[in-house]
Amino acid sequence: MNPDARRFRKRSLFLLAYLVFALLPIYWMVNMSFKTNGEILSSFSFFPAELTWENYKRIFTDASWYSGYINSLIYVFINTAISLAVALPAAYAFSRYSFLGDKHVFFWLLTNRMTPPAVFLLPFFQLYSTVGLMDTHLGVALAHLVFNVPLAVWILEGFMSGIPREIDETAYIDGYSFPRFFLTIFLPLIKAGVGVAAFFCFMFSWVELLLARTLTSVNAKPIVATMTRTVSASGMDWATLAAAGVLTIVPGAIVIWFVRHYIAKGFAMGRV
Amino acid sequence: MNAIQKPVNQKAWWLVLPVLVCVAFSAVLPLMTVVNYSVQDIISPERRVFVGTEWFAAVMRDDELHSALLRQLGFSLAVLAVEIPLGIALALSMPATGWKASAVLVIVALSLLIPWNVVGTIWQIYGRADIGLLGHMLQRLGVDYNYTGNARDAWLTVLVMDVWHWTPLVALLCFAGLRSIPDAYYQAARIDGASRFAMFRYIQLPKLRGVLMIAVLLRFMDSFMIYTEPFVLTGGGPGNATTFLSQYLTQKAVGQFDLGPAAAFSLIYFLIILLLCFVLYNWMQRVGTQDMKEAT
Repeated sequence: MNPDARRFRKRSLFLLAYLVFALLPIYWMVNMSFKTNGEILSSFSFFPAELTWENYKRIFTDASWYSGYINSLIYVFINTAISLAVALPAAYAFSRYSFLGDKHVFFWLLTNRMTPPAVFLLPFFQLYSTVGLMDTHLGVALAHLVFNVPLAVWILEGFMSGIPREIDETAYIDGYSFPRFFLTIFLPLIKAGVGVAAFFCFMFSWVELLLARTLTSVNAKPIVATMTRTVSASGMDWATLAAAGVLTIVPGAIVIWFVRHYIAKGFAMGRV
Repeated sequence: MNAIQKPVNQKAWWLVLPVLVCVAFSAVLPLMTVVNYSVQDIISPERRVFVGTEWFAAVMRDDELHSALLRQLGFSLAVLAVEIPLGIALALSMPATGWKASAVLVIVALSLLIPWNVVGTIWQIYGRADIGLLGHMLQRLGVDYNYTGNARDAWLTVLVMDVWHWTPLVALLCFAGLRSIPDAYYQAARIDGASRFAMFRYIQLPKLRGVLMIAVLLRFMDSFMIYTEPFVLTGGGPGNATTFLSQYLTQKAVGQFDLGPAAAFSLIYFLIILLLCFVLYNWMQRVGTQDMKEAT
């Protein structure tokens, strides 16, 4: 066997080993979601002895369950849209110009991710009650900007810096206005960055629990908060939680399926 | 961010302004409230006493805090030491094109999409020797494994869970970074007869610097604030083997309704993360510029 083929085998083996490691807990969750609580706690088995759809049925028929998914999706999409909309021009400014305090502001942005969210609960609660944003989708979306905007700016700046400045200059000489240049020439070049940034914004907002739970009560209650209901005085409802967990993966998997091409081969020039 | 030969343009501030407005509303205002709490003794919403730096002094002397901080540092360093190399290796071995690339990308991203409390709950079952796959398998192999009773097992379980949960973040960032390296670089290296390692060290690694910076800082600060997963999995135990900083903080803030000390604690907490990130950031930038100088 030639060395190239051997290296290829070693690589695939490593990848395969990792995929197994990644999938086993998820397999166990799926396995649990088709069992009854009694079966989960009483015996070890690779497959449910009697396959039950009860757990999924409960989620799809109970409005307090499925509305959680809808609420989450609404505020996650609002959040992702706002994050990208404000981060794109800012990242362009950071990657193209130097201005007073640019480096400090750039690092300061990231520091907003460094505060433990538990600390912010009470201040957020007071602030949002005052301005009437409690229990609204917009409220949660705005709160999640704290950690998503800095992330989006950092990722996008990295990708934008990889695009040579000559492209901007040529476009200006050709008489493009800034918005037209940005939307029709520049944006397509950094598709990979936008794809990655959008996925991470979606992901971090989707799984965030503390803020989302504190800032909502009924109208905008997210699925992650509904899930905590499975812990009750009568014990854990493992099976329903597992089914809900399986269902929370689905929207994100669809999102990554749509952005996969952008991540894998969005642009072939410059550096990241 | 490389500040080489960028034209000075103060109008660029207008492009940054929307970001500042968003972040100011949802971060600066709450942070100021916390600062306000940290210098007061809040007996009831109407009765507050200004106490100056008393809480800060009390928190600094807290022995439990010191041990939680040490545990936290150890955990975060272990997280970085495992996840960064593993993430790079994973990104290097992921196929670049075809349906396999899409399938692997989606599978790798799955663990990121599970809400954190569910991650903890699933691993709680997964690690149990009687009904969980991991615990059961380890027991079959003759390992005496018990994450609820044994401190070392509990710590390792939290670490493995974190590796499982977050390595994909590093891998996805690196994967996107690798895909952006032009083929011309590889061709040039092949003509020079560069070894596989040399290719990685002098072409891929320098090109990954930007995304690696984001990955290291993100993983560091997020692991430093880890809360939900160990809380659900082990509840901080056994003893306090897996009580990390944020859990200790939450015990203080929620458990005892001590708003003042909790606020002072969280400000110190924030400053520690800030300091460590700043050091990491500057160190990585220096290494990066040295690399570039060597290359030219």
